[in-house]
Amino acid sequence: MRGMMDLLRRGAASALAGGVVALLAASVAHAQLAPPPGPTVEAIKKRGVLNCGIDTGVPGFASQDSSGKWKGIDIDYCRALAAAVLGDPDKIKYTSTTAAARFTVLQSGEIDVLIRDSTLTFIRSTSLGLDEVAINFYAGQGFLVRKALGVTKAADLQGATICTVTGATLELNIADFARSTGAKIGTLLFDKAEEAIAAMEAGRCDGYTDDSGSLAGMRSTLKVPGDWMVLPDLISKEPLGLHIRSGDARWQKIVFWLDTALKTAEEFGVTQANADQLKATSKDPFVLRLLGAEGDFGKMLGLDNDWSYRAIKASGNYGEMYDRHWGPKALDLPRGLNNLWNKGGMHYTLPLR
Amino acid sequence: MNTRLKAHAVKGWLWQGGVALAVAALFYWLSHNLSTNLAARGMEIDFGFLAQRAGFDIPFRLVAWDGSYPYGWALYVSGVNTLFASALIIVLASLLGLALALMRLSGNPLAAGTSRTIVEVVRNTPQLTQIVFFYIAVLQVLPPMRQSITWFGSMFLNVRGLYVPAPSGTAYDAILAATCAVVVLAAVFWRRLGWHEVPRLVVLPPVLVLGAIIAGVTANWDYPSLKGFNFTGGTRVPPELLALVLGIGVYTSVFIAEIIRAAIQGIHRGQGEAARSLGLSSSQAMFLVILPQALRILIPPLTSQYLNIIKSTTLGAAIAYPEVLQIFARTVLNQSGRAVEVMTLVLGVFLAVNLLASAAMNVWNRRLALQGR
Repeated sequence: MRGMMDLLRRGAASALAGGVVALLAASVAHAQLAPPPGPTVEAIKKRGVLNCGIDTGVPGFASQDSSGKWKGIDIDYCRALAAAVLGDPDKIKYTSTTAAARFTVLQSGEIDVLIRDSTLTFIRSTSLGLDEVAINFYAGQGFLVRKALGVTKAADLQGATICTVTGATLELNIADFARSTGAKIGTLLFDKAEEAIAAMEAGRCDGYTDDSGSLAGMRSTLKVPGDWMVLPDLISKEPLGLHIRSGDARWQKIVFWLDTALKTAEEFGVTQANADQLKATSKDPFVLRLLGAEGDFGKMLGLDNDWSYRAIKASGNYGEMYDRHWGPKALDLPRGLNNLWNKGGMHYTLPLR
Repeated sequence: MNTRLKAHAVKGWLWQGGVALAVAALFYWLSHNLSTNLAARGMEIDFGFLAQRAGFDIPFRLVAWDGSYPYGWALYVSGVNTLFASALIIVLASLLGLALALMRLSGNPLAAGTSRTIVEVVRNTPQLTQIVFFYIAVLQVLPPMRQSITWFGSMFLNVRGLYVPAPSGTAYDAILAATCAVVVLAAVFWRRLGWHEVPRLVVLPPVLVLGAIIAGVTANWDYPSLKGFNFTGGTRVPPELLALVLGIGVYTSVFIAEIIRAAIQGIHRGQGEAARSLGLSSSQAMFLVILPQALRILIPPLTSQYLNIIKSTTLGAAIAYPEVLQIFARTVLNQSGRAVEVMTLVLGVFLAVNLLASAAMNVWNRRLALQGR
């Protein structure tokens, strides 16, 4: 009998211990998994690397060249940000994200910033716990169609089937457009652009839809680009830009003012090549503040005063980035809305003062 | 009762209790973690979005859908698509698997070699690659729309799919539904109705065909015709469905072939020899003596393959087949931004479907199992 009581006691003790250990482990693990309390910048500096979320491969925004090096305007933004915060544009870990996973990756803290031709919308701002910081590309949803169809505008697509990728707002935009114009347009949704393009080239659908910037890039990858045309009209507004997690005001300001600095540099003629010279010789107070020769603007952001100078040295000004990836020698997409405000475009920056 | 035994039992219970407590703590921690993290981001779990208007198009569906239906209905539409593709694939994979297994065991070197080659090539290449291969291959073979292959002036086959006349109407729906219900109920309660002498397989299929013909006669038929970019009217079997059924069906069939081969070889040689010595032909020996016994061995591994098929249909998202993963876990998730809720629902749907399928296979397995006498 005593033996049994003993066993009982031991059994109870071990069960209790097991439960306590499990609870303890749970609380410890919980403390570890919770988002870091400190601001994002401190985490980046401690880590020594900027975690930048980018696209999986869209020419112009983010795609790999034959040597596996990432290129594109979103990549240039990542590099400028790393240069501003860490002082080295190469200290970046790129995370390619699919349309479906991108915001979850950002929410979970795996990346510090999402620069992935992603549209800034109401839902993403309010119910996903994100901050939409800046717009780096004004696009609209357009159509790439076979020239032989004889279609000249989006309204002619009555009865057509359009291939596209899931996980974006593309199919909803088509449905809204069709509803508002009374047209009937079918959509065929693929996981990846490669299969959608292959199906389109095989004649399974009449065209492909995406942001106007991506379409120009996609057209360049087709077997016979000359057989295809991008329709001139756009059926939606797609302001593509930079997303961060909500709740870190300091990080939000740094990302916002970095975008401003890159565009201000273009406005005042500061380029990758002449930044050093202007820093020494310029008389313009805006240029001097931008390059850290005057004022304490970097310090007010919690960085040093050379932050934007380094960013411009790393990626060039906004216009240089655009030309590098979208200019006549690259994908050849007219600047249009992506010009500065004083040249007929939409990029109007807050003054640096 | 022996004290030691009793103590052992108590200890066992305590251990079980401890483990249960630890599991409960783990789940509590996970859900607590989820809710705190959601709260920290100003988000909450809310399934209210299911009633909101979806607004997007689903290119292939077996039940009613247009943009004005709510998100919740999209789960139903895509769920039906998933089940439809799964059913077709299971039939194809089983028949093809049986054929491959019999070829392999036939003793004919050409047949056995062919079967062996197919099995080795198919099971040693990635499944997704095969599906995309079938899709592109199917698209390449089919003619463009204006050069459709036409049958009877009312059926058209082209790169956009197979266009066939579609029946509709209240009488059609009612007659078809009633016939199906009668056939299913009769099949289930056959023995209880006392119809032991009449084999189900002889009576029920003709009843179903007869019901379908009566329904078809009373229906309004809608014929496809070429208008503008596309055929309108009728109904369309998309090439995506064909590619998905072929892709997963062929892939799974080689695994099923190996399962069947193993089961047949697991039957003692004496069974076949005894059957032959009783004067049965070799095919009679196979279908009347060996295969029925092999079924007992092959049902459990076959169940796993069927469950794999149901889960593999999610690969349809790669080739634009509108199944649950693509429609619900991609489009709806993206439009509503409700990741946790959507993924929970998708997991729930697959869990429920697979548990049901596996329960059905277990019932079949129990029926066939050797009865202790």
